[in-house]
Amino acid sequence: MERLKAALQSAAALATGKAITLFARFVTAPRALWQGIEPDLTQRVYFANHSSNADFVLIWTVLPARVRARTRPVAALDYWLTSPLRAFIARKVINAVLIDRRPEGRVEDPVAQMAAALDEGASLILFPEGQRNSGDTPLLPFKSGLFHLASQRPQVDLVPVWISNLNHVMPKGKVVPVPLICTLTFGAPLHLAQGESKEAFLARAEASLLALSGPQP
Amino acid sequence: MTEAPHLILLLMGVAGVLVLATVVGQALQLRLDPRGTNPVLQNLNARITAWWGMVALLSIAFLAGRAGVILLFALLSFAALREFLSLTAKHAADHWSLAASFFVILPVQYWLIWTNWTGMYAVFIPVYAFLLLPVVSALHGTTKHFLVRVAETQWALMICIFCISHVPALLTLDIPGFEGRNVMLIAWMIFVVQLSDVLQYVWGKLIGRHKLAPNLSPSKTWEGLIGGALSASLIGASLWWMTPFSLTEAAGLCLILTAMGFFGGLVMSAIKRDKGVKDWGHQIAGHGGFIDRLDSVIFAAPIFFHLTNYGYAV
Repeated sequence: MERLKAALQSAAALATGKAITLFARFVTAPRALWQGIEPDLTQRVYFANHSSNADFVLIWTVLPARVRARTRPVAALDYWLTSPLRAFIARKVINAVLIDRRPEGRVEDPVAQMAAALDEGASLILFPEGQRNSGDTPLLPFKSGLFHLASQRPQVDLVPVWISNLNHVMPKGKVVPVPLICTLTFGAPLHLAQGESKEAFLARAEASLLALSGPQP
Repeated sequence: MTEAPHLILLLMGVAGVLVLATVVGQALQLRLDPRGTNPVLQNLNARITAWWGMVALLSIAFLAGRAGVILLFALLSFAALREFLSLTAKHAADHWSLAASFFVILPVQYWLIWTNWTGMYAVFIPVYAFLLLPVVSALHGTTKHFLVRVAETQWALMICIFCISHVPALLTLDIPGFEGRNVMLIAWMIFVVQLSDVLQYVWGKLIGRHKLAPNLSPSKTWEGLIGGALSASLIGASLWWMTPFSLTEAAGLCLILTAMGFFGGLVMSAIKRDKGVKDWGHQIAGHGGFIDRLDSVIFAAPIFFHLTNYGYAV
């Protein structure tokens, strides 16, 4: 009985995952530009700009299935565990690393959780702005998580991913998406330099991401 | 299905041409570039492969009849509109007017064509959407770049919905003595316009010397245009017996169709240059986006519709 339940649950998770990527393809026809890396199985931390909850879906959609299977989005527990459907998607479909954004009263350190996921062989999708950007500036200042992760696991490739147009597809608070083509530009990997300060590293990471936002051929 | 013999004949002819093109393309690949490093040959063969897909899709729609043709062009409008609006100026205040373009205006236009409401589908976008959609944007806040935003959105609607919908609208024309064969108008028009595009490319590659619009489209040449338009018109006119037109009328219409198709390519290129992109999209291998392939049909279809409507329909 338990095994049947587990099998049904993983079938539902597979079907939901397929439905999500199909819907993403229909609405945004996402296009990946591999400028700095090839879409292979190298372990990476993909860090991207964040304007919509569909961001990780798009990255997830354009990654080849084999790469996608071992790539886990880092998502906010205080958002994803608020309803049973969200919790099902976060835990079973996208296999998210759920972190608590609220420092007070959290039991696990987010950076330690991410490092543990890396140690298990997973790649991560991370939004270092920490929240959705709905303003007019292209990028919010990065939180320090990316720096701490880079100093704890310095060998892992940090790959900037610029997602264009998604802020128009699904602005914060809207329920009906506007179908527009989104382009995802994958840049060259970054590493923490010897003795680099937090501020210098975060500025360099922000610049490397913004550099991908220009008009694409 | 009185149109079936002519339609099947035309489709078989196109399939024959594609078989020939495939053989020539592969032979060129083998002889000139066995290692697959020549981008022009790669692109040529990608284009030919994509043509097989496009012709197959169009054939299925034709054989499925009215519903198939209307559904196919509604989907093409959707894909084109998605490409166009990805490049236009917009603001969060336009969210509802953009969503309405996809989910209200597009289905309503094709429903009007389905119900044969000629007087309404001719004015729905140029009048009703034109006047009412900016109201939605105006009511939702900012006036920054307002005119640019609403004007570019209206252009998107005209190009991607209004113009493209005039292809299936040809089915609604009532031409005495041609009843039940209207799908041939569509097949013949698309054949002539796309053949002209292909032959302009071929003539241009073979003998093209004098650039026509170097700032707009570096690959367009006078030799390509004249050779392509004339040879496509000659072939199109020789098929006059499939159409409601006489030989000379068909020849005249072919010249107009190929000229409009050429203008469509020019204008849509100018928009691409303005927006700083090379192609409208990436979904048709070797060709670019849907608008890259449809630009000539977009400009030819409404003119062909009106000439046929005024000259031959009742």
